[in-house]
Amino acid sequence: MSISHTLLALLEESGPRHGYDLKRSFDERFGHDRPLHYGQVYSTMSRLLKNGLVEVDGIEAGGGPERKRYAITDAGITDVADWLSRPEKPEPYLQSTLYTKVVLALLTGRDAGEQLDTQRAEHLRLMRELTRRKQGGDLADQLICDHALFHLEADLRWLELTAARLDKLATEVRK
Amino acid sequence: MTSTASTASAGSPRGAASTAESAAQGAGTASEFLLSASGLYKTYGSTAALDGADFAIRPGEIVAVMGPSGSGKSTLLHCLAGIVPVDAGTVTYAGRDLGAMNDAQRSALRRADFGFVFQFGQLVPELTCLENAALPLRLAGVGRKEAEARAGGWLERLEVGDVRRKRPGEVSGGQGQRIAVARALAAGPRVLFADEPTGALDSLNGERVMQLLTEAARETKAAVVLVTHESRVAAYSDREIVVRDGRARSMAGAL
Repeated sequence: MSISHTLLALLEESGPRHGYDLKRSFDERFGHDRPLHYGQVYSTMSRLLKNGLVEVDGIEAGGGPERKRYAITDAGITDVADWLSRPEKPEPYLQSTLYTKVVLALLTGRDAGEQLDTQRAEHLRLMRELTRRKQGGDLADQLICDHALFHLEADLRWLELTAARLDKLATEVRK
Repeated sequence: MTSTASTASAGSPRGAASTAESAAQGAGTASEFLLSASGLYKTYGSTAALDGADFAIRPGEIVAVMGPSGSGKSTLLHCLAGIVPVDAGTVTYAGRDLGAMNDAQRSALRRADFGFVFQFGQLVPELTCLENAALPLRLAGVGRKEAEARAGGWLERLEVGDVRRKRPGEVSGGQGQRIAVARALAAGPRVLFADEPTGALDSLNGERVMQLLTEAARETKAAVVLVTHESRVAAYSDREIVVRDGRARSMAGAL
């Protein structure tokens, strides 16, 4: 995820805001298990400022360090529009650790079927966790969990297909 | 069920001793299981559908039975429910050996203690949705008024109360499946057997049916044997077993 574009779009939506407010907004909507670090927010805002995508709308002096209030610039609005309209590059998934481990298990004479079963159990454990979370969550939670669940399901289909082809794969990799 | 036939094509029956070894039971002692099976063999012609399968489920537990098409998972369900006799092996429900019962006793047990949901609701087309849901109660001897009141409550619970007067042909696939779930739960089964309950539904309807089914099962403390090839459906279970080539095994870390 592009954190700078996300912060920029949030700033466009809300109007001028402090970095702290942007972090809170980001965490509420998209942070889930990985909230932003303050340092990450301030370094991102500094970069956006340097590139002319945001400007300082005001500075508040308080007991602590000065707090800058940021506003998005016209260039920033154009940048957000470009980013949102650009399709994300699909992940090719061609460098798969799962595949590598299966091949190496076969090459070294280990039980690749057992390995696939263990992986399947681990995937399902996470899917159960996400399903429970989805059931108790709001629509945003449901959608983000569904996204993860569909990807895990794709992995599981691959695991099942590979399990069914293990003998053939073993013959090929040992040639 | 008692061993009654040779299973030459399926290998030698292992017998009751395999119970303790079973990897498909989950961790626990035999006495804590409501329904268990040991060393099940079932052949159709020369094909071994079950080849020494073991299984066990605790009261209130939801166990997904997974596996590729033709692996024997539906056969396992049918044998566990006493619908199909096994060639060898034992199925024990609440301490009673299903193989020692006659057909009438097994039928009575299915009506009283088991509920069923299949891929295609299998509702009776001539009856209204309410009459369908009330059917198990009526078969158990409950009067029409009370049976329909209880069944109507389940239809409401499954969000299909508004179609109670319609016939199955007049409702959507998702609604039909919810009515099938209501019918399965109306008589208060201790074990619910669900065979690909969302197999004919789109993702959204399937998710909702699974959510409602598992919520209701947990609330009524019914054990659920859930046959599915979909991992997103299996994720509603407490643990899963995988059937391959007629053999069932629990997955590491899933117990």
